[in-house]
Amino acid sequence: MIDVLYFAWVRERIGLPKERLDTSAATVADLVVELAAREERYALAFSDTSALRVAVDQELADFDAPLDGVREVAFFPPMTGG
Amino acid sequence: MSVRVQPEPFDAGAELNAFAARASGAGAVVTFTGLVRDISGGLAHMEIEHYPGMTERAISSIVAEATERFGLDAALVIHRHGRLAPAEPIMMVATAARHRGSAFEAAVFLMDYLKSRAPFWKKEVTADGAEWVAARDEDEAALSRW
Repeated sequence: MIDVLYFAWVRERIGLPKERLDTSAATVADLVVELAAREERYALAFSDTSALRVAVDQELADFDAPLDGVREVAFFPPMTGG
Repeated sequence: MSVRVQPEPFDAGAELNAFAARASGAGAVVTFTGLVRDISGGLAHMEIEHYPGMTERAISSIVAEATERFGLDAALVIHRHGRLAPAEPIMMVATAARHRGSAFEAAVFLMDYLKSRAPFWKKEVTADGAEWVAARDEDEAALSRW
């Protein structure tokens, strides 16, 4: 099981902040393909992954990052802190 | 070093005085305070979302890197989240070092990294609706100088 978190417009587009998934995805990119295939709102949120950033267990990561042993994956737009 | 992520407002002057008192051995203290800008003139308020857990981790790691790289005696980062009114302070960075060069450089380094590597997202709310603030290419490009 893996916790998947969404922030900012990704959260709004998908319509929830967090969900727990049973997935066999090997990488973040595989998880994106799996999520995008679920429903239109997911397909929309993940239609352009160049507009998205990902964190794996609360560290920024790449879309080819492996998910083995990972507890938490988060998707969000580029950050606007400061 | 001290990192605070909080919804409450803070008093930048009081924070500076307390920080300078803690960093009494340093010869230079630099602070930066970011305020909510009303760019369009119609801003009702700003909402700042963040990623609890990762936010503190990411800022602490940026502060640790700055401390080592610039030999800081002390560093402070305060960043707010939640609902903020125009002109309110959003965040503050303070650095203390032996000489001013490192303190200034470290403050710029911290700001560059906080802008695009700390998990915050700003949303501007006006009478016409709400819009997420887009990340700026210049902010991402600023990281390359480090």
